[in-house]
Amino acid sequence: MTIIDYLSIILIIIGAFFFLAGTLGLLRFPDIYTRLHALTKADNLGLGITIIGLMLQLESIMAVGKLLLIWLLVLLSGASVAHLIAKGAVQRKIRPWK
Amino acid sequence: MEISLLSTIFDVLLGLSLLGLAWSALATTDLFKAVLLFIAFGLLMALVWVRLNAPDVALAEAAIGAGITGALMLSALARLNSPHTGRAIASHTTDPEKDPSIQWWPFISLVLVFIGLAYSVFTFSPAFMGLQPDVYSQLVNSGVENPVTAVLLNFRGYDTLLEMLVLFVALLGVWSLGENPAVKTPFISPVLDTLSRLLTPVFILVAAYILWVGAHAPGGAFQAGSILGAAGILLLLSGWQLRKDTSSLFFRVLLLAGPLAFVALAAITLLIQGQLLEYPPAQAGLLILILETFATLSIGVTLAALFLGGFPWSKNRALK
Amino acid sequence: MSPQLIYPLIGAGLFSLGLYGLIVHSHLLRKILAINIMGSGVFLILVALAKRSGEMPDPVPHAMVITGIVVAVSATALALAMMLKLHTETGRTDLPDDQQT
Repeated sequence: MTIIDYLSIILIIIGAFFFLAGTLGLLRFPDIYTRLHALTKADNLGLGITIIGLMLQLESIMAVGKLLLIWLLVLLSGASVAHLIAKGAVQRKIRPWK
Repeated sequence: MEISLLSTIFDVLLGLSLLGLAWSALATTDLFKAVLLFIAFGLLMALVWVRLNAPDVALAEAAIGAGITGALMLSALARLNSPHTGRAIASHTTDPEKDPSIQWWPFISLVLVFIGLAYSVFTFSPAFMGLQPDVYSQLVNSGVENPVTAVLLNFRGYDTLLEMLVLFVALLGVWSLGENPAVKTPFISPVLDTLSRLLTPVFILVAAYILWVGAHAPGGAFQAGSILGAAGILLLLSGWQLRKDTSSLFFRVLLLAGPLAFVALAAITLLIQGQLLEYPPAQAGLLILILETFATLSIGVTLAALFLGGFPWSKNRALK
Repeated sequence: MSPQLIYPLIGAGLFSLGLYGLIVHSHLLRKILAINIMGSGVFLILVALAKRSGEMPDPVPHAMVITGIVVAVSATALALAMMLKLHTETGRTDLPDDQQT
């Protein structure tokens, strides 16, 4: 196991920790807006770090580019969907937690 | 030795969470929660397919099993609750008649079925080559390098022909149930509008890539077709008025392109070679690519039309 | 019990759970959910069987399962359309045999 493999493992574990934090936020935060915040921030960052860890294992630039595209797509769709859910919550008059 | 114990523990955990998700999806009283748990179940299944060395199945399950089935169920649930049906309907997301206690006769039959299946599972021999040597020995003649694509499009092309017809017949069944009640689209947020404009070209590009790469890596026509179907669903949900387009000739040609291409090829090979769907090995790769392209277009359009539901508008019908 | 038997047993369990859900629930959407879970159980058994041929799994069950997934989504779409039609016609989402009121 080379140094690159160890680095990948560390990065993927850090990414998994961010996912865990996001899920904990989803389960424990009081209202929908704070839950959305926890989900999108933690999951996007967790995915980014996991992808960096995976990129270290690849040999070709094309594959690295594909992983980057996946992360950008998840970022884009995650942010848009979070906005739409929050907008729907506002329209249903769900009040933020004080 | 350590690694195999860890992977066994991982498999057991994955399997138990699969069972847990399925049980919660069936037992929860809120229908919306049940559908969401089912979507999560589908995504976990995709992980299980990867664990079982089946990446093509994983792609298909994530796109079709979790994505499109989930979208279909959520859309049906929304129509059940919608106030446009003209009846005084209480919220249908809770199921007031569900008896929370276990009913004993069905439970006994559950246990018996499980014991029977588990017994048959135990009688399987642990190493069985099946058709794998036959497929791999004939792979060079099939025109592609991905064995699953070779089986789907060449060795068992007849099954795929019937499958295209099944999709078509399902759409005919949905259309024969009457016209889709015109749902008033709510205000479309500019974020959704921009998202649909940005993502649709990306969808088309990714679908074309997965179609092309299906020849030598996991991918293929069904996965690419379901990505196109998802693009269609996104456009429909973003308020693009695709209903008027669904009665056009172009749309209907696209619907039929897949099944017709298969049937035409079957007829041609029957006439030339005397055998249904037997491709000459030299042109097999090209034929498979052409078939897959038509199949992808058909599958995408059919899945989007299944999501739309209802018979498409005809041009001479006035808007009520 | 060898590790290979985990997934076929899980598949058998999913099939039985889905069957129970299909029989017990009266709401049609839940029945459709249960049928999909039964289908997933069957696919799991098939693909787990395919893995028995070693490092390169048998591709024929994989192709059958992909076909099965597409057929399952078409059947689900048709079943949902029929349920919606029943709902617009009668206002109920369960079949006459299962109605308790």
